[in-house]
Amino acid sequence: MFTSKKFTGVKAMCAAAIGVAALVTGAPSPSFAQQANEQFVSVLSFRVGPYGPAGVGIFGGFIDYMNYVNVKEGGVGGVKLSWEECETEYAAARGVECYERLKTKSPTKGTMIHPVSTPITYALLDKTLADKVPIVQTGYGRTDTVDGRYFPWAFPLITTYPMQATAIVKFLSQKEKGDLRGKKIAYLYLDSAYGKEPITYLQAEAKVNGFELTTIPITPPGTEQGAQWQQIRQSQADYVIFWGFGVMNASAMRAAQKVGFARDKIIGSWWAGSEEDTVPAGDAAKGYMSAAMNVSGKTPLIADIEKTLYGANPTGNMQDKSKIGGINYNRGVVIGLITVEAIRVAQAKYGKKVMDGEQIRWALEHLDLSDARLKALNATGLMPTMKTSCADHEGSGKIKVQQWDGTKWALVSDWIEGNRQLVRPLLEQSAIDYGKSKGITPRDCAKES
Amino acid sequence: MQFFLEVLIGGLLSGVMYSLVALGFVLIYKASGVFNFAQGAMVYFAALSFVGILAKGVPFGLALILALGIMILFGVVTERFVLRPLVNQPPISLFMATIGLAFFLEGLGPFLWGNDSHEIRLGIPDEPLPYFLDKYNIAISTFDLAAAAIAGVLVAGLALFFQKTKIGRALRAVADDHQAALSIGIPLQVIWMIVWGVAGFVALVAGLLWGARNGVQLALVAVVLKALPVLILGGFTSVPGAIVGGLIIGSTEKLAEIYIGPLVGGGLESWFPYVLALAFLLVRPEGLFGEKHIDRV
Amino acid sequence: MLYREAGQFKTSYAADQQLLPIRQDRIAFFTLLAVVFVIVPLFVSDYWFSALLIPILIFSLAAIGLNILTGYAGQLSLGSAAFMAVGAFSAYNIVLRMPWLPQIVSFLLAGVCAALVGIAFGLPSVRIKGFYLAVATLAAQFFVVWALQKFPWFTNNSSSGVISAQGVTFFGFPIDSPVRNYVFVLCIVTVLALCAKNMARSNTGRQWMAVRDMDVAAEVIGIPLMRTKLQAFAISSFYCGVAGALYAYCYIGTVEPEAFSLDMSFRVLFMIIVGGMGTIMGAFIGATFFTVLPIFLSILIPGIASLFNFNFDKASLTYIEFMIFGALIIFFLIVEPHGLARLWQIGKEKLRIWPFPH
Repeated sequence: MFTSKKFTGVKAMCAAAIGVAALVTGAPSPSFAQQANEQFVSVLSFRVGPYGPAGVGIFGGFIDYMNYVNVKEGGVGGVKLSWEECETEYAAARGVECYERLKTKSPTKGTMIHPVSTPITYALLDKTLADKVPIVQTGYGRTDTVDGRYFPWAFPLITTYPMQATAIVKFLSQKEKGDLRGKKIAYLYLDSAYGKEPITYLQAEAKVNGFELTTIPITPPGTEQGAQWQQIRQSQADYVIFWGFGVMNASAMRAAQKVGFARDKIIGSWWAGSEEDTVPAGDAAKGYMSAAMNVSGKTPLIADIEKTLYGANPTGNMQDKSKIGGINYNRGVVIGLITVEAIRVAQAKYGKKVMDGEQIRWALEHLDLSDARLKALNATGLMPTMKTSCADHEGSGKIKVQQWDGTKWALVSDWIEGNRQLVRPLLEQSAIDYGKSKGITPRDCAKES
Repeated sequence: MQFFLEVLIGGLLSGVMYSLVALGFVLIYKASGVFNFAQGAMVYFAALSFVGILAKGVPFGLALILALGIMILFGVVTERFVLRPLVNQPPISLFMATIGLAFFLEGLGPFLWGNDSHEIRLGIPDEPLPYFLDKYNIAISTFDLAAAAIAGVLVAGLALFFQKTKIGRALRAVADDHQAALSIGIPLQVIWMIVWGVAGFVALVAGLLWGARNGVQLALVAVVLKALPVLILGGFTSVPGAIVGGLIIGSTEKLAEIYIGPLVGGGLESWFPYVLALAFLLVRPEGLFGEKHIDRV
Repeated sequence: MLYREAGQFKTSYAADQQLLPIRQDRIAFFTLLAVVFVIVPLFVSDYWFSALLIPILIFSLAAIGLNILTGYAGQLSLGSAAFMAVGAFSAYNIVLRMPWLPQIVSFLLAGVCAALVGIAFGLPSVRIKGFYLAVATLAAQFFVVWALQKFPWFTNNSSSGVISAQGVTFFGFPIDSPVRNYVFVLCIVTVLALCAKNMARSNTGRQWMAVRDMDVAAEVIGIPLMRTKLQAFAISSFYCGVAGALYAYCYIGTVEPEAFSLDMSFRVLFMIIVGGMGTIMGAFIGATFFTVLPIFLSILIPGIASLFNFNFDKASLTYIEFMIFGALIIFFLIVEPHGLARLWQIGKEKLRIWPFPH
């Protein structure tokens, strides 16, 4: 019935269209003459897919902060910020393609890359090293990159998963008046790189503190958690440390409610502690706690951003203004803040012009976001203090614990630092092993300025 | 013992949820021989449309009717523009077309209604029944029991529809032999539209229950991967098979996760139902209640 | 007028059975090889290599593998990504534990490992057919990905489960830049594609096609069913395994089980459906189509939207891309069920009698 004759014209057009498409796609990008005076930042974003809701907030905040700096101060040192987004769908292959495409758009090669995704980070680590572009992993990514002697171009800023896990243990210990002996803690985690990373450190903490640790994995995407929570109930765990991501967060709270496990005994990681996780769970989320490396709410900086960008002539990036001030939006603002601060520090040393990769890298190793500096940036309390160096690419290691009260996140602790004595030697050993396998000689931090 | 019962009952109840999705598959496969991989996307799209309409301030009952209307409209459009042009193609082409349809729905849903996770409040609490909890220390969720009851009503309703009404008999005739049905005057295309409409209704019910259980989000599409082993066990063409298969898969999956899981490090749930179904197929290639396939040379 | 075969007669069996019996075909093929091996590496930018050409070649290889299994032998399989994962991890472990082997041999051995896994999961095909077999191959997909994540031996006890692939060397010559990766992958893909084409033309290929068309009849005339089906699984998994190893080493640079998810299996299946099932060229066309299309849409849709002053936000534009993607698949299935390769064949037939209409 539908022989080739009937659709011949259509088919010919298809063939022609495909040829044109191939040519258009690979066409060289426009020259970067127009961006000669602008600091171009690549934004590898994800706004669709299972992690999309978080991404909308994070990248909205990031872009809004850069826009805010442009509007309020005319850029950094007179150099305006420009950016372009590319959708990665949280997939490594798309991330690589986006990185390569945006790299060609400016001599800055994107200034610094924030993949906000562990798989994309791993895929880009070697490429950013070869291209001399700093890659920043705020609270995710490859943990042993804290040792800048082996990883000069990778920066896991603010803090890492092991530090977060040990900080949560510290918080629980504080809750139990310093004595965790005999307690049962269940570690419920997404069965992926992100989830498996803290296990060794938690096991070490269990030995030191005397609590019993059970580890229970959840296969991605993790919408079915009935069996896992029944196990937790059966084991009569006192606390649950929850390392989830995406849709499984809301499912966890619901599953806990289904078996009658009190939510105020559950502490999640910062990727399991945003409004996108608790609001869909409704009543089941009340009492749930999570770690946070930035706070939520309309702190002075956020309020000012909202006033500037969403006032009379809205130029803000967020379609849904109710998300402004949410955890993910604020996280994006913090990412933007770090980016801009790095450019500022670089310009202080190298002059007020467009900065290149090497200069930004130097700046990322000399960040000093002290209390005074945070106050000057109007960001007191939004993020912890942070000081990086050649050997320490992390800079902070502190989190706060917050609790969902049904409508918003309320802080229940101050900044808690993770167990650096436990974590750092293990990470350094991992970096040394990496160096051996790749034949890298470590830098000598004392020799560099 | 108490824990075993708790896991078993929890598994059976979650198995009923899987059967709900498998029902949609069975309906479409029975009537038109199409393996509708888009069933998961239909569940997601139905639930998303419902919460989207609800969010605009429409009352619950009206939103339900509107969502049902959208699903029926979708069924009609699919039959007209996707199935009819592919009428004599090999089954794999139709299967691929449904995968394309799934992609399309996964784009259309968030495009119309946004990508945020939504809650569905059906008014049924998702907490352990106090009676069982206090007396036997078994946690059985009220919601799961209610969902099982709703699924039971749905299956009974479908069984009545197929056995007692004229359209139901026409559907069974079409499922048996297209040519014969055509020759006695049954309008094939109208029947297919009705089937896709009914499948859309089943998708809506499944979407509401799954959405109330887990929230309405893109991951809902993955329920289709849970329904496939159910279909294998029960047979592609049998409604009671979908229920029985669901019960078996649900319970064995949870029991395996708890009892075999710790031996191998956990995380069995992704593949255990499939391996079980595979083992079952080696013994009975058409499933428990499926039609025997006769090869003619 | 240009594509005339008249006057080209063969005087030996060897000449008659050659892969490209028509002189114009030979010229076109060798020109293509020259362009692809010589001109492209000299004149094309890094972005083209890393984002377009290398993935097209790698997925073509995987698509050839799946085409052998589904297109030629008729066994529907949804587990190709699992075999790619086996190939990637085997390659990693072989290179790690036997570093004295030349890497190219390691990649081929990785393919052999994938073939063994393929035979294991192909055993059900002896009893099961059609969609049931497709669902059974899903068991392979999920089990393999789980096993690779669960047992630390595969990832060399890495705490995170993601491992960076070691650098690639060809007998001591380092393959580190995009150009070198491209030429390396191109050589492997060309050789393996030629092997596949010859296999399809030979007795093996005819046995597969007999099994595909009606396996009961094939058994009646004496084709050993189990051996043929398992052979198809083995060779198909070999190709997918080598493709997986190349994916990890020459494209992404990391080896992670989650990358080889069900989505990738579906992508490869789409490639052969749209490209043309049962043809080797269809694999290449399908791989090109599906690699170029998302990028092309992500450039085109915002362009059109701004032209018509539709102000969609970024996420909506991506959703429109998904919808167009799904619609295009359905469109191609309706318009040309035999795939784009058939369009090419029709074109060649028209060329033979051009400029006459018939």
